[in-house]
Amino acid sequence: MKKKYKLPIIASGPVHPLQEEMEFFQLYIDGETVVDIDVRLSYNHRGIEKISESLQFDQVPFLVSRICGICSASHPLAYVQAVEEIAGITPPERALYVRTIINELERIHSHILWVGLAGHFIGYETVFMWAWKYREPVLDMLEKITGNRNNYGNVKIGGCREDLPEGIEAEINPILDQIEKKMDMLTKAVLDDPILHARLKGVGVLKKEDAVNYAVTGPTARASGIPIDVRRDDPYAAYDLVDWNVCVQEEGDVFAKAVVRLLETFESIKIVRHAIAKLPKGPIAVEVKEIPPGEAIGHAEAPRGETFHYVRSEGGNTPARHKARAPSYVNVPSFKASCIGEKISDVLITLAAVDPCYSCTERVGVVDSHSKKVIYDFDRLFQLSREKTEKIRKEM
Amino acid sequence: MNWKIWSLKKSPWVFHVNTGACNNCDIEVVNCLTPKFDVERFGVTLVGSPRHADALLVTGVVTAQAAPRLIQAYQQATKPCVVFSIGACACGTGIFHTGYHVVGPVDKIIKEIDPNAIIAYVPGCPPKPEAMISGIVKTLNAL
Amino acid sequence: MSPDELVEKLNTIKSSLTQFEQLLNNRIYLSCESENCFEINKFLFQELKARFVIATAIDCEQYFEILYHYSYDQTGCVINLKCFIRDHENPQVESITPLIPAAEWIEREMHDLEGIEFNNHPCMERLILADDWPEGEYPLRKDWNHEKEI
Repeated sequence: MKKKYKLPIIASGPVHPLQEEMEFFQLYIDGETVVDIDVRLSYNHRGIEKISESLQFDQVPFLVSRICGICSASHPLAYVQAVEEIAGITPPERALYVRTIINELERIHSHILWVGLAGHFIGYETVFMWAWKYREPVLDMLEKITGNRNNYGNVKIGGCREDLPEGIEAEINPILDQIEKKMDMLTKAVLDDPILHARLKGVGVLKKEDAVNYAVTGPTARASGIPIDVRRDDPYAAYDLVDWNVCVQEEGDVFAKAVVRLLETFESIKIVRHAIAKLPKGPIAVEVKEIPPGEAIGHAEAPRGETFHYVRSEGGNTPARHKARAPSYVNVPSFKASCIGEKISDVLITLAAVDPCYSCTERVGVVDSHSKKVIYDFDRLFQLSREKTEKIRKEM
Repeated sequence: MNWKIWSLKKSPWVFHVNTGACNNCDIEVVNCLTPKFDVERFGVTLVGSPRHADALLVTGVVTAQAAPRLIQAYQQATKPCVVFSIGACACGTGIFHTGYHVVGPVDKIIKEIDPNAIIAYVPGCPPKPEAMISGIVKTLNAL
Repeated sequence: MSPDELVEKLNTIKSSLTQFEQLLNNRIYLSCESENCFEINKFLFQELKARFVIATAIDCEQYFEILYHYSYDQTGCVINLKCFIRDHENPQVESITPLIPAAEWIEREMHDLEGIEFNNHPCMERLILADDWPEGEYPLRKDWNHEKEI
């Protein structure tokens, strides 16, 4: 990556010690303030769009569920909706409900995961351990329904591959009650904590006009006062048949993003309950004969925002072109608006607030451009972030 | 058993390298550390630098851009070092084997620079945390 | 704005379009030539206030197509603007990044994978392919095959 200014840079990534993907960030800093940010991708580029052109229509859902392991229900759903639109297939109602249930369970576990990691970044280890513990029953539930903790592979063109197991209704409700109780406790602990208020409010603000220009989606947009949600705006699966609300906050800072995610968890629990209660009887899939030539788009609301798939068919067995866009692809560039002007110690949590692939934030090093000596490494930055929390705690 | 292997088997410290995985294996690796599985009880802990590590947990297909970084991480790790290929992608590139940007799998890249490397495989998409723990235990017993 | 009003508003730019299709109630496909593409994008983003979703480049062997996908969230309508680039040897189109910052990455990606030049792009660096990937190899073109690679 070329160097744009004569300022010290923070090189962040590509390999990071704790988790998730490789990504490479360069933060240009002036004193303690971030002036500009550059991103280099490619570490994770696997060429999925090209591979997809060589797979048959019904094999592609397995491929696209491996775009992102945490959004592994939303990607295939968006793709399948596009193909169903080309072929003019309407899946049976029960299949729509099963899709809704799996997608919402995915959202619950993903949002709890985010809360935990966000706590970890500001030195709140208790939240990290709690959240990841409360997430486990959701994964067990998904394993019971689909046979796997992640990568469910349950959606296919024309419906679903597997029905819900017998008697799942009786099991799922107590687990939802239990998660709701725990999340209630966690939400109160997070939202009422004066330290977290001081640490997160007004940090990493993404203004509404920036959010429009960077076309962000999902919780990132909703925390900046843009009330968009594909589930409501262009209903798919059974979202127009159950009762739920879109959570919007106006502030655009890290705290607002946390609030949106926490409140959405409760909405998701509500959706699953409704869907289980209203679950109709009947077949779960219709037979699909062939995919005619045509083109269509499909989109779905993943935990991080809108996943968008465009499929073109020329009447063969394989897609002629398949474009997939993950939500982070538009959310990550918005760092340019939210990180600039922030202090270094706030960058970690600002980056994390978008819920990108956490990568980078884990291995940050400040390099002085003249001597090429590492001034701050990740540990030092992590410590800075924690010290700031500690300082605020003492002042209170 | 020489003393290096003997000391490797006690409390192995692991470093996690993602070389183009989909996050699935990665969150399952983190899951191993959190209260339900909690491998720190057995002295297995994630460390922040390959220089401190006894084992590398490698996930992902190894993309063209990530391969040099994987090699660097392996070269920095203290030897003897066990390389765990976690997940179907790392073991044999899985569903991505026809990808133009994929140069893996992991064992191919590591064997190019060190033919005697110790490589262990934990297949699955993603492998469950139990599978990872069992993979680590079996490997350490086999050393 | 109701769906009918949306269609009515889109009719005001009909002179620069070559085709107007409404496949489903909330899926609109517009077609245009590459010269008019910037103006129409400007209309969709600034006048209509539609949200830019992504762009897709397609190699159709004799020509290139770029689909700009917009979402009009008030009605859930997805507007797809197809822009045809007739010159297959030397494909060029005006960049929309100065207008829509969100398009920066996808234009760099299309430049990497399909070899389309975007004029006036503020930062046309390699984004998605590896550092050592050879110049002039565009993996998403139809005539590119895997065996040729590196």
